[in-house]
Amino acid sequence: MIVAALQRVGAVGVFLGRVLAQCAPALLRPRSVVHQVYNAGARSLIIIMLCGLFVGMVLGLQGFDLLQRFGSEDALGVAAALGLLKELGPVVTALLFAGRAGTALTSEIGLMRATDQLTAMEMMAVDPLRHVVAPRFLGGVIAMPLLVAVFNVIGLFGAQLIGVQLMGVDTGAFWSQMQSAVELDDVNEGIVKSVCFGVACSLVAVYEGYTAKPTAEGVGLATTRTVVISSVLTLLLDYMLTAAFLGR
Amino acid sequence: MSDTVVKVSDLQYRVAGRAIFDGLDLEARRGRVTAIMGPSGTGKTTLLRLITGQVKPERGQLQVFGQDVVSLRKPELYALRRRMGMLFQNGALLTDLSVFENVAFPVREHARLPEAVLRQLVLTKLHAVGLRGAADLMPAELSGGMARRVALARAIVMDPELLIYDEPFVGLDPISMSVIVRLIRELNDALGITSIVVSHDVDELASIAHHSYLLSGGKVVAEGSPAELRDSPLEVVRQFMSGEPDGPVPFHYPAPDYHSQLLGERDGSRPGDRS
Repeated sequence: MIVAALQRVGAVGVFLGRVLAQCAPALLRPRSVVHQVYNAGARSLIIIMLCGLFVGMVLGLQGFDLLQRFGSEDALGVAAALGLLKELGPVVTALLFAGRAGTALTSEIGLMRATDQLTAMEMMAVDPLRHVVAPRFLGGVIAMPLLVAVFNVIGLFGAQLIGVQLMGVDTGAFWSQMQSAVELDDVNEGIVKSVCFGVACSLVAVYEGYTAKPTAEGVGLATTRTVVISSVLTLLLDYMLTAAFLGR
Repeated sequence: MSDTVVKVSDLQYRVAGRAIFDGLDLEARRGRVTAIMGPSGTGKTTLLRLITGQVKPERGQLQVFGQDVVSLRKPELYALRRRMGMLFQNGALLTDLSVFENVAFPVREHARLPEAVLRQLVLTKLHAVGLRGAADLMPAELSGGMARRVALARAIVMDPELLIYDEPFVGLDPISMSVIVRLIRELNDALGITSIVVSHDVDELASIAHHSYLLSGGKVVAEGSPAELRDSPLEVVRQFMSGEPDGPVPFHYPAPDYHSQLLGERDGSRPGDRS
């Protein structure tokens, strides 16, 4: 079983190399990449914004309850901002991305395989890695940090809504403490994480689709695997990246 | 230049230990329609995948345009494929592109043509299959027969020297069927291309093929013109050509003895049954 798992990791690594090799030629046709950014990004906006709002609101509620016990509810802005920027923003967005955009990518590519479209491309001497896989991979990688940014902004608005408007934290304290306490490094950590999650989730999605068995059952299984593997991988990577950033 | 476009000799190929081909020999000659017939499951489609270099055989020689397909590297294989066109069983149109864009796809990939020239080229090919008027439809809006004709237009848009058809008649109504049959022969004669048609529709093939091969058990069991095959004394050929349900190709998939299996089941010997 361990050998099989290692073989799988190796196969994904080789696949990543082949996809990366096709990314430069794919970037020469920006239209298809832009189209995929739209598919993976713009079409996920509603769910990202909705979830960002709720996560922010919960953060405002819980944060206020916790900080109030120490009499430091003015620090709610800092707590919400750091929580969102460093952890919740990238992680929750990546989990949602896996469920919304990742599954769509896997089933789309898997069905193209099942209906001979990928084979037809190969027969027309067109590499499906360049034409189908690379633009979708790049689209996901570009879309993820943008989605995270949107999630964070809406999340902060939600925290402010609950903390300031409902619980009565002082508006000035909320924003000014956030401004003075949040460092550029905190923002960078979130950006690095979102890019890493973007690469991981997009890679898993296109790999599972590309290697799916060309049957209805095979595509279904591949779609499930995309969600499971992306989610576990996101949380694992999150721990490793957090440890790396704290250890600097 | 040699007259033989595709030459297969002593081909051996196995899937999961089962021999699909065991010493297969055949060839397709320039400018002719070569039919490859055989009962379902004899690996006709697999043979096409071998000829086009999608899978590699265990043993044997596969030559297309005089090049050894087995030893080709990817860029050379792609260069070779640009000289062939293939029609898939279900058409395999790209579902996110319109009919026009599907036919234009290989041209856009391989040649830099001004948009006006490209448009003319694509419309000419669509006209040849009678679907110029359907250029703006999406693949989902086409019937099975229309989808296959669009796929045919796409297969010929790069003016290939070799056209390969995988079961072109399956699941078509009689009208679409005769349209496709006529198109195959017309394209072959008008463009001077070499055609390989894989199918089990004896009557349709008989009307267009110059030369036919009948596959069974991983080998060529008979070859010749359609008339010669029809008059063959071989039992297996007669069974296939006249479509008799039982004969050398048995009606039943290999199974244990009928009576003992039924009686055995009542005795509760099947796992999971309560006795």
